[in-house]
Amino acid sequence: MARIGVFVCHCGTNIAGVVDVKRVAEYALTLPGVKYAIDYKYMCSDPGQNAIIEAVKEHKLDRIVVTACSPRMHEGTFRKAAERSGINQYMSEMANVREHDSWVHSDDKEAATLKAMKLMEMSVAKVRRSEALSKMYATVEKRALVIGGGIAGIQAALDIAEAGHKVVIVEKDPSIGGRMAQLDKTFPTLDCSACILTPKMVAASQHPNIELRVYSEVVEVNGYVGNFDIKIKKKASSVDNKKCISCGVCTLKCPSKRAQSEFDEKIAPRKAIYTPFPQAVPNKPVIDREACTFFLTGKCRICEKVCPTQAIDFNQQDEVVTEKFGAVVLATGFDIFDSNVYGEYGYGEYKDVVTSLQFERLINSSGPTEGHVVRLSDKKEPKNLVWIQCVGSRDESKGRPYCSRVCCMYTAKQAMLMKEHYPEVNCYVFYIDIRAAGKNYEEFVQKAQNEYGVIYLRGRVSKIYEKKDKLIVRGADTLSGSQVEIVADMVVLANGLEPRKDAKSLAQLFHVSYDQYGFFTELHPKLGPVETAIAGVFVAGACQACKDIPDTVAQAGAAASKVLGLFSKEKMEVEPLIAKVDPLVCSGCETCYNVCPYSAIEMEDREVSRGNLKHVAKVLDSVCKGCGACVGACYSKAVDLKGFSERQVYDQIETVTQ
Amino acid sequence: MVKLGYFPGCSLSSTAKEYDISTRIVCEDLGIELVEIPHWVCCGATSAHITSDIAANALPAKTLIWAEKNNIPITSPCSACFSRLAIAHHTMATDEEMRKDVGEVVGEEYHGGAKVLHLARVFYETYGLEALKAKVKKPLKGLKVASYYGCLMTRPPEVCDFDRIENPMFMDKTVQALGAETVKWGYKTECCGAAFSLTKKEAVLKLTGDILSDAKECGADVIVVACPLCHANLDSRQREIERKSGKKIGLPIIYISQMIGLALGYNALDMAFKKHFVDPVKVLKEKGIL
Ligand SMILES: Cc1cc2nc3c(=O)[nH]c(=O)nc-3n(C[C@H](O)[C@H](O)[C@H](O)COP(=O)(O)OP(=O)(O)OC[C@H]3O[C@@H](n4cnc5c(N)ncnc54)[C@H](O)[C@@H]3O)c2cc1C
Repeated sequence: MARIGVFVCHCGTNIAGVVDVKRVAEYALTLPGVKYAIDYKYMCSDPGQNAIIEAVKEHKLDRIVVTACSPRMHEGTFRKAAERSGINQYMSEMANVREHDSWVHSDDKEAATLKAMKLMEMSVAKVRRSEALSKMYATVEKRALVIGGGIAGIQAALDIAEAGHKVVIVEKDPSIGGRMAQLDKTFPTLDCSACILTPKMVAASQHPNIELRVYSEVVEVNGYVGNFDIKIKKKASSVDNKKCISCGVCTLKCPSKRAQSEFDEKIAPRKAIYTPFPQAVPNKPVIDREACTFFLTGKCRICEKVCPTQAIDFNQQDEVVTEKFGAVVLATGFDIFDSNVYGEYGYGEYKDVVTSLQFERLINSSGPTEGHVVRLSDKKEPKNLVWIQCVGSRDESKGRPYCSRVCCMYTAKQAMLMKEHYPEVNCYVFYIDIRAAGKNYEEFVQKAQNEYGVIYLRGRVSKIYEKKDKLIVRGADTLSGSQVEIVADMVVLANGLEPRKDAKSLAQLFHVSYDQYGFFTELHPKLGPVETAIAGVFVAGACQACKDIPDTVAQAGAAASKVLGLFSKEKMEVEPLIAKVDPLVCSGCETCYNVCPYSAIEMEDREVSRGNLKHVAKVLDSVCKGCGACVGACYSKAVDLKGFSERQVYDQIETVTQ
Repeated sequence: MVKLGYFPGCSLSSTAKEYDISTRIVCEDLGIELVEIPHWVCCGATSAHITSDIAANALPAKTLIWAEKNNIPITSPCSACFSRLAIAHHTMATDEEMRKDVGEVVGEEYHGGAKVLHLARVFYETYGLEALKAKVKKPLKGLKVASYYGCLMTRPPEVCDFDRIENPMFMDKTVQALGAETVKWGYKTECCGAAFSLTKKEAVLKLTGDILSDAKECGADVIVVACPLCHANLDSRQREIERKSGKKIGLPIIYISQMIGLALGYNALDMAFKKHFVDPVKVLKEKGIL
């Protein structure tokens, strides 16, 4: 007969303020098998855990139920307490009466108490049939995959590599570098972005532990922490990188004029065979088959003719490889908000309304205009510039209620740079509030206003329209309470940040959750900022939330240290909550084999009794995730889940429906 | 043959009589059959829709129910009427509770089956520009037109979404189909001040003045409109604006129906231009259209 102890936590007033915890404990004592029950202020505290250990010893308990918060918070704590008290850790259960009860039913204390009693009773029913399970271990493949080669990915890869482990960076573009490579100077110090980024790009490419896979994407993910099997597709670049000597003749001679440079935010043309920018790493060109005359018409082959090393290979195919990794860092960064959503600003219609990234390319000395800021319409230097902040930030009506966190700062930066290059130009900034909460950030924005004479107008722009060759920017100045109209030559939209278009599908490959915009969800907003709910998958940079470079680098380092923590173990403890097959009952129908989403079931011919071979299913312990699909599918009830047996679940259902 | 329920609205029998006259003539000529909705009631603009949600939907409901029952799309030449009808339709199609409440008030339920079109959109879309072009007898050659849509024809987008909200083109294209030129300007969808003409005249003089002077600066000979209230403000307030600023504007304001009428060969009398404060006849004669 089971000897169960029930421990009811107050969680301060979180639970006890709503649920009558004494009544719950008293009720527990009436349940069959319950030999001991108490309530206590904080079960998770040291004295609380000690109370459990003492009670187990004193009352010879062989299993426990802790009625407290979500198991996501403290299941580990109480399993360890169980172990320390001398019982198997899987002989402990939790009943969640906080998230599932007191927090959501604070308006009806009586009903909440009754519900707490039921939830506790269900856990008692379950633990009654618990069995001791032994720990399982898995090996750890000490090789990390970083997806995205922006500053986040580069930093994470360098940190892991420096600690002595192999890292692969998968980058979808032909070069690593990400957005930072596109930027001119960086706030709050106005140091040149490329000058601080390119050394890191080079370091990554030369590090013996780092392998770059550019022009590549992850297409399939299997396995679990320590043992991911990941399919990576390398798009055909039509260039044999072993032969290519990066001389650039092919790009120079390519006659195609079809494509616009993605790196230059489509304000300049690019060839069909190209490297995205001069400092690209690796510095190998790729052929954009959608723009290549040969691929479109069957004629041309000029690059092939001029290449001194015969490196052009029109027949190259996409290649898919499957490799093993122990941990993954997602670092796919951001896109800027689509300016077209703001019809009133006329982006796309008026050439001189540009995005913030386009402005970065215009003022960048290695950009298409060599740093001369000119109007895209007539190549004239603008005399009056207007920045509009919060284009796709803090705007419910456009589905973007959040603050993008970097735009106030980069607007101040861009206006200051403009003033530095062209002191006579007037710079106006329309803003809602200034959010400059980083180190030296507020000072930076103040400097823009006080020293550089950038004019800040607090209010939204309602409309831009063209008059002759000017842009009339109409907005409100809420400080003076009047309407203002500025006759501008150029308007820069301070676009907010959003996740990459394909972020959601990447998250789905890893079963990582994401918010309604597509930002990857961290494990805990405060206490798990780089982990995800999927063990072994970490996040870094702007793909998790809007952030600037300092925060991105910090998070990348944190993600790397989590990976290293994982790699510091030879073996990793994994949950033994997996399926098991009873070969005597199994009919060998293969249904479970077909439904298993993890390919964790194998069919084998096994001797079930002497001289009696039988075709039966077998669970591969290290692959099974314990999802239970096979249990539901089995016609003969030959499969069951350890720690979640059918009898346990039915007992719980019976309890709740009594 | 296009057949439409016609909801003229109150202005079309008073201040905008000429809009009604020209609409009926032009539609008949084009072969658009207008069936005036029997016993139509006020659309609920301004007074009703800013004071009572239920009245705002119940007043148009009568008309919508007629359209639904007879399975005929309805059109209004007035932007305010169009807006009330279209918004009430949208509200009741998406808000079940409101639909039920209105049903009780009106004594009959609306099921969301009506189609509401602005008259300007009828010419552009339902009738179609190719068909219209084929009917042109007297192309409006050399006439520079600023198309003024006002605030309600494209807004709110969830109700009126068929052209760009901020820079719509459908009237421009219609006028181009008649042979005229259109100017690029910035005030297509700005507010004219609407009914504030009666209560806050100063505001209207400013708003209307801005619209007129931008059209003028952008080289327009005339402004084309499709709303009686826009017309009233732009036309009847023009002299006062000129007096205040000391600058001559002299921009005739012409209804879209009148514009089509001209291209179909009708004369000033047919189009009732004498009802306008700023006389269009002079400039039309100069251009050889009249
Ligand atoms: C106009 C502008 C100016 C800015 N100025 C500053 C500044 O002055 N100072 C500052 O601190 N911050 C600035 N920022 C913010 C800065 O750009 C970001 O903090 C930083 O780029 C975030 O780095 P990241 O690596 O997370 O993302 P990214 O730079 O976006 O890099 C992500 C990388 O992942 C790759 N990738 C994406 N999806 C996939 C996929 N599915 N598979 C493989 N690879 C993928 C991308 O190609 C890219 O290389 C600015 C931002 C903008 C928009």
